[in-house]
Amino acid sequence: MLSPEERAEIEAEIHHYPRKEAACIEAMKVVQKHRGWVSDEGIRDVAEIMGMTPAEVDGIATFYNLIFRKPVGKHVVMACDSVSCWVMGYENVRECLRKKLGVEMGQTTPDGKFTVLPIACLGDCDHAPAMMVGEDLHHDLTAEKIDEVLKRYS
Amino acid sequence: MAKLLIDGKQYEAEAGQNLLHVCLSLGLNLPYFCWHPALGSVGACRQCAVKQYRDENDKQGRLVMSCMTPVTEGMVITLEDPDSKEFRATIIESLMTNHPHDCPICDEGGECHLQDMTVMTGHNYRGYRFKKRTFNNQYLGPFINHEMNRCITCYRCVRFYHDYAGGGDLAAFASKNHVYFGRHEDGALESEFSGNLVEVCPTGVFTDKTLKEHYTRKWDLQTAPSVCVHCAQGCNTIPGERYGEIRRILNRYHGEVNGYFLCDRGRFGYSFVNAATRIREPRLRRAKEGALESVTKQALLAELGAAFKDREKVIGIGSPRASLEGNFALKTLVGDSRFFAGVADKEAKLVSLALEILQDGPARSASLKDVERCDAVLVLGEDLTNTSPRLALSLRQLVRNAPLGLAAKAGIPDWHDLAAREIIQDEKGPCFIATAAATRLDDIAAETYHAAPEDLARLGFAVAHALDPEAPRVADLSPDAAALAARIAEALRSAKRPLVVSGTSLGSEAVLEAAANVAWALSKEGQGADLSLVVPECNSLGLALLAEGGIGRALEAVKKGEADTLVILENDLYRRAPKKAVDELLDTAKRVIVVDHTEHATTAKAAALLPAGTFAESDGTLVSNEGRMQRFFQVFVPKGEIQESWRWLRELMLAAGFGERVAGWNSLTDVHHAMLEAQADLAAVTAAAPDPSFRVTGLKIPRQPHRYSGRTAMNAHINIHEQKPPEDPDSPLTFSMEGFLGRAPSPLVTRFWAPGWNSVQALTRFQEEVAGPLRGGDPGVRLIEPAPDARKSYHSHIPAAHQPSDGELLLVPLHQIFGSEALSALSPAIEQRTAKAALALSAEDSKRLAVADGDEVEVTICGLPRRLPARVVASLPKGVAGAPVGLPDLPSVVSLPERVRANKAVVR
Repeated sequence: MLSPEERAEIEAEIHHYPRKEAACIEAMKVVQKHRGWVSDEGIRDVAEIMGMTPAEVDGIATFYNLIFRKPVGKHVVMACDSVSCWVMGYENVRECLRKKLGVEMGQTTPDGKFTVLPIACLGDCDHAPAMMVGEDLHHDLTAEKIDEVLKRYS
Repeated sequence: MAKLLIDGKQYEAEAGQNLLHVCLSLGLNLPYFCWHPALGSVGACRQCAVKQYRDENDKQGRLVMSCMTPVTEGMVITLEDPDSKEFRATIIESLMTNHPHDCPICDEGGECHLQDMTVMTGHNYRGYRFKKRTFNNQYLGPFINHEMNRCITCYRCVRFYHDYAGGGDLAAFASKNHVYFGRHEDGALESEFSGNLVEVCPTGVFTDKTLKEHYTRKWDLQTAPSVCVHCAQGCNTIPGERYGEIRRILNRYHGEVNGYFLCDRGRFGYSFVNAATRIREPRLRRAKEGALESVTKQALLAELGAAFKDREKVIGIGSPRASLEGNFALKTLVGDSRFFAGVADKEAKLVSLALEILQDGPARSASLKDVERCDAVLVLGEDLTNTSPRLALSLRQLVRNAPLGLAAKAGIPDWHDLAAREIIQDEKGPCFIATAAATRLDDIAAETYHAAPEDLARLGFAVAHALDPEAPRVADLSPDAAALAARIAEALRSAKRPLVVSGTSLGSEAVLEAAANVAWALSKEGQGADLSLVVPECNSLGLALLAEGGIGRALEAVKKGEADTLVILENDLYRRAPKKAVDELLDTAKRVIVVDHTEHATTAKAAALLPAGTFAESDGTLVSNEGRMQRFFQVFVPKGEIQESWRWLRELMLAAGFGERVAGWNSLTDVHHAMLEAQADLAAVTAAAPDPSFRVTGLKIPRQPHRYSGRTAMNAHINIHEQKPPEDPDSPLTFSMEGFLGRAPSPLVTRFWAPGWNSVQALTRFQEEVAGPLRGGDPGVRLIEPAPDARKSYHSHIPAAHQPSDGELLLVPLHQIFGSEALSALSPAIEQRTAKAALALSAEDSKRLAVADGDEVEVTICGLPRRLPARVVASLPKGVAGAPVGLPDLPSVVSLPERVRANKAVVR
């Protein structure tokens, strides 16, 4: 069930659109903000308030890679794997993350702190390679810098 | 019409129509996936690319998607140039990268659009050599099997299920290489039209789960043109048989009736043909208290013939689920005055009223295609999804017509599905649904009205009065209802082609009369109106043409001693009249003879049982609620003594010694000739399909495909000599793979197949134009065609408003698509989808009775005390309750609506 805060925030979003369904993505972002991810129950909650079916909402949820349909760690590390970052050493970034955190892409550390995901282009190509941790962008990554960044979130 | 040049040849085609539609209509081979004739174009799959040139001198040309390109005058295109051919081959190669190539174990194999298109484009060798993505499949219920790995992401499934049929529980998930079509979680597909996914899906993602139980390839199925027997809509079907069992039902396209789609009851209700409850040999009860014993045909006829001498003492009870021929033979046996419709008197009266309304005009009965041409509708009293599902699907298309005007204004042709839906958004044409409780169609309604049958009728009468002040006025109408009636009248009056839908399912004459008044008032206005009246069963109208009076009249005759022998045709009387009355009828009669194919409560009381053929084992004619006479053909020859009911009745007459009139009935045609002699209004029966003497170049039409396998081996365990194919005196079809292999006339098309087109998409080769009539005209004959200038005086018997009285409930019949119809209810797949019987109560009444959902309630229905769980239905008006009709666990719910008292049951 949606919490009163979630409901209020979603209703505020609905007001921005002529058609309720248009706020579906925002509604899922609200749920994700409060719960960390969007569970099956979360899908059903959003469907109910949007007047849509769970299948319709889930179709949208699964289309977007930033709506998480599985639990994620406290911090989501998204390493850019698109062209510029790849040229500038994305593979090193991936290796560093793997060694440092001990998990593969798509996995969460056993302590639940980090989930590592690939992402296509963070719009920071002039400072490639880049990654995001939560909402913060980090660029010009080197092994040392990654170490230092991860420490900040530990 | 526009002239266009395709690969250097001149053609003519409708300007503005899309090129793919035109090419397929012209009989050219052009591959496609995302396009479907009923769903329109979206231009997604890029498979139908062709080259378009500026003019004849342009040698360069450019690739265009034929499904997205309208035909213009002087257009020059090529299908056969190397560039577009290579492009199409590349597209299919990329679509196929993840396809598992599991054709040998795939149910679609041999009738697969993907196979056909792959062969057509010449994609013979696979270049892709990496790992294929794989998916988990879902449980989708008893009808549909899911195998997602085969998907080529054409999106036709969701476009049909969601966009066309309004289903909310099938969607496309994820993106790119991971696009997945399924449900949010495992579970039965909720739409009543899910079975169409089997035909809509171009490959083996969605296949028929009931076929899987006894799988047979398309080329090994013996098939014949048939008509669905599970409601009155008369959808055309193609049942397929192997080893004496019906294995599946496919849609048989009919331009005016079912088009491309069937409902799930029609598609999956066939298993009763194969059931263990079938009667396969004659049975006789020699002593009153003895058991029914199997006997030979000769013994049975000798016994019955001797006991049958006094014809004056025999009455016949016909059946709305038996063919015209069977009913007519029974009428011939017992004589006109002793033949009765095998339905409750009330139902007989209602159906006669519906027939009269349609015959008298001026409103014309609408075919389903007509319904889809209308642009405004009033539904009065029918829960269509449950009483006539295919009509409900047509109404979903109707509500798009008015807003499609927006698209036309913007220059968007209606075949341009994506653009048209984008501009329409949620706009819907005027649709008003007035029923006892909420329906599964309410989501398309502009307004709904839930009330007791009397109040629904009053609303209808008020609409008629608002349209034409000469129509009787409704006294003391509530202001809300009056305002609604005015809005409905206004919407219907301003429509280009309004439609009125009603029917017999609520058991109310007033509702039918009110609907007739609305249609007539509209006709008087000048623009005319279409009228669609839903009757209970597949041959209800046909029976009404042959018989008046129902079971009550038969009971009277037996009680008065006017008759002592009953011949009951394909009918379980316990579903037709209260148990007490049927018991009395069957116990009073000295002898009860039942001709039927399936055991039921009535056959259990019979003194003699004659094994009749089902629709799949006999030929016959049915009259649909449109008034269309349609022939169904025998699919296979059953084992044992099973034969058509009319043959049994004829033999009975011959054995009894009064068979001189029927001695000459050697084939179905002989029965037809007798019919048209006896009753001029049935003369069209001979025109419903070609007669048995019809041949093409001297050949009959084969029921078996030319690739049918095992003919010399399938009976080798009985006899190693190959049997001669059985004779078929009743039709121009043969039980063989030999015969005319070309395109048969439309009523005789046994399957859709053309060289290179093994899937159901071969259909385009059988149509005059894609989505148009079948070549040579759609099958069947419209029997009821009223004079458009007919003037009828309005029905003026307006009932008083429903008054909820203290402690009493008005119990109305509620129909269920799965379960309410007797024969389909015997299919295990349908049974799994059948909801348990429950008493529907309004919120107020459940409060008054202090019951919640699931609590047991005691109620006396049709004279029998019952304990049923309560189901709270918020949309039911106060003082109105609903009982499910005809469910296996509550069979004899007849003679509703009636006033009942209900109490919360004491927990024992």
